[in-house]
Amino acid sequence: MKETLSKITKDYLYRLTKEGKRVDGRDRYEYRDMEVDIGLIEPAEGSARVKLGETDVIVGIKMDVGEPYPDTPDSGVLTTAAELIPMASPEYESGPPGEDATELARVVDRGIRESEAVDTSKLCIEKGEKVWIMFIDIHVLDFDGNLFDAAGIGAMAALLNAEVPASDFEEAKKEEDYPLPIEHTVFPATFTKIKNEIMLDSRLEEERIADARLTVSLNEDNEIVAMQKGLRGVFDYKSTKECVKKAKDITSETREKILSECDRENI
Amino acid sequence: MGSNKDIELIKDGKRMDGRDFDELREISIDAGVLKRADGSAYLEWGKNKIMAAVYGPREMHPRHAQETTKAVVRARYNMAAFSVPDRKRPGPDRRSIEISKLVSEALEKVVFTEKYPRSVIDVFIEVLQASAGTRCGGLTAASVALADAGIPMSDMVASCASGKIEGQVVLDLGKNEDNYGQADVPIGYIPKSDDICLLQMDGNLTEEEYEKAVEMAIDACKDIHKIQREALKERYSTDIQEGEIKEAVGVK
Repeated sequence: MKETLSKITKDYLYRLTKEGKRVDGRDRYEYRDMEVDIGLIEPAEGSARVKLGETDVIVGIKMDVGEPYPDTPDSGVLTTAAELIPMASPEYESGPPGEDATELARVVDRGIRESEAVDTSKLCIEKGEKVWIMFIDIHVLDFDGNLFDAAGIGAMAALLNAEVPASDFEEAKKEEDYPLPIEHTVFPATFTKIKNEIMLDSRLEEERIADARLTVSLNEDNEIVAMQKGLRGVFDYKSTKECVKKAKDITSETREKILSECDRENI
Repeated sequence: MGSNKDIELIKDGKRMDGRDFDELREISIDAGVLKRADGSAYLEWGKNKIMAAVYGPREMHPRHAQETTKAVVRARYNMAAFSVPDRKRPGPDRRSIEISKLVSEALEKVVFTEKYPRSVIDVFIEVLQASAGTRCGGLTAASVALADAGIPMSDMVASCASGKIEGQVVLDLGKNEDNYGQADVPIGYIPKSDDICLLQMDGNLTEEEYEKAVEMAIDACKDIHKIQREALKERYSTDIQEGEIKEAVGVK
């Protein structure tokens, strides 16, 4: 069931947006308060909880030993899934992942995969036979807009925190756990367009009236590794360029914050 | 994007299939190819073979998916099991669910959905033979099929990808270029309003490369748009001999 927004609220939001203001007094390209809690789930190999304002997402990493794909016999396997559980919003229903959850998982997955954040060649145990399978599970606890950034940032933080559980698996042929081989970092910045105004990190009311959404994911060298336009509206080419430019500064700031929270040096 | 350094993609300033960096593969579109569907189009794009069919506007099922003020454009992208070298397991996978969603959203922008409240316009895209760029081919064919169905639209969406191979920004990646290239940027473009209604990217691009890639894809979309219009003209224009008009309007 889709929730609706009253006309009064909509008109108010449109008016604010036109004046370049936000309902919570933020700047156009400012995040809500970002709270990050790292390694909070003990049985998980890596985990992170990211709160962007009232949006609350937990990402957990689990690892297992399994068979590689036939076309990449010497690299580990990465899979990403997202669950929009009924707890997070009256709109969400239980059941298999729908198209929203699928899109979310695939956009996060694409950023991590294309940035080559994890060196999957180091997750090979026995070529063609045994490799590490890595599951990134995104659990949305409270939905107040901008799941793409909360999940993307959470996934990267959880990866930075993850340890390969080698001591639990005889076939891993190693006695001790070791940190997941992270070679690069990737962080997303998600913009929404309301009428002709573009803003970062929409909260739910803003997302409800948004025409279009654009996620830009960048690595530590400010190279674009993944993009996705969503929703029914459009962007003109010029505004996509503007978003790419802004995303560079925004993701650099996120990167700095997350690396310091994880006690990691720049990668 | 794969990263097999052994595969050669550019030789003597040309791509392995002989194309220039900004050259499209050959594209042909036929409109109105199916009998039962309200509108249809068949597209060949390089080695891709794609059929698109439109049903509707018709009653929306399930009813809770109805929208009271407009029609829903519901695209379903599907790859035939035999369309790729290793048999594809039938049914929707995560990739096709995502593509279906993006194509639905891209098409909805050009359809005058407010004319048909509570109804659905179903768009079926069947990839019969796949060779890189099927989502762009599917979206391009679906636009023609919508027009063929007589659905009121502001414009047809044209779609094309650009990408990066061996450090070079190129148009319309072929199969090996897609598998072993460094980036892929599919674009859906609405020529009349100069808007981008589909945009994805994966791989690795600098800001400058991104700009070059999008500009290249937009230019190509304008050419593809001409092919789409030609397909409709081909289907619906008739040669009228002198005298036939007089007869038709009853002039003696």
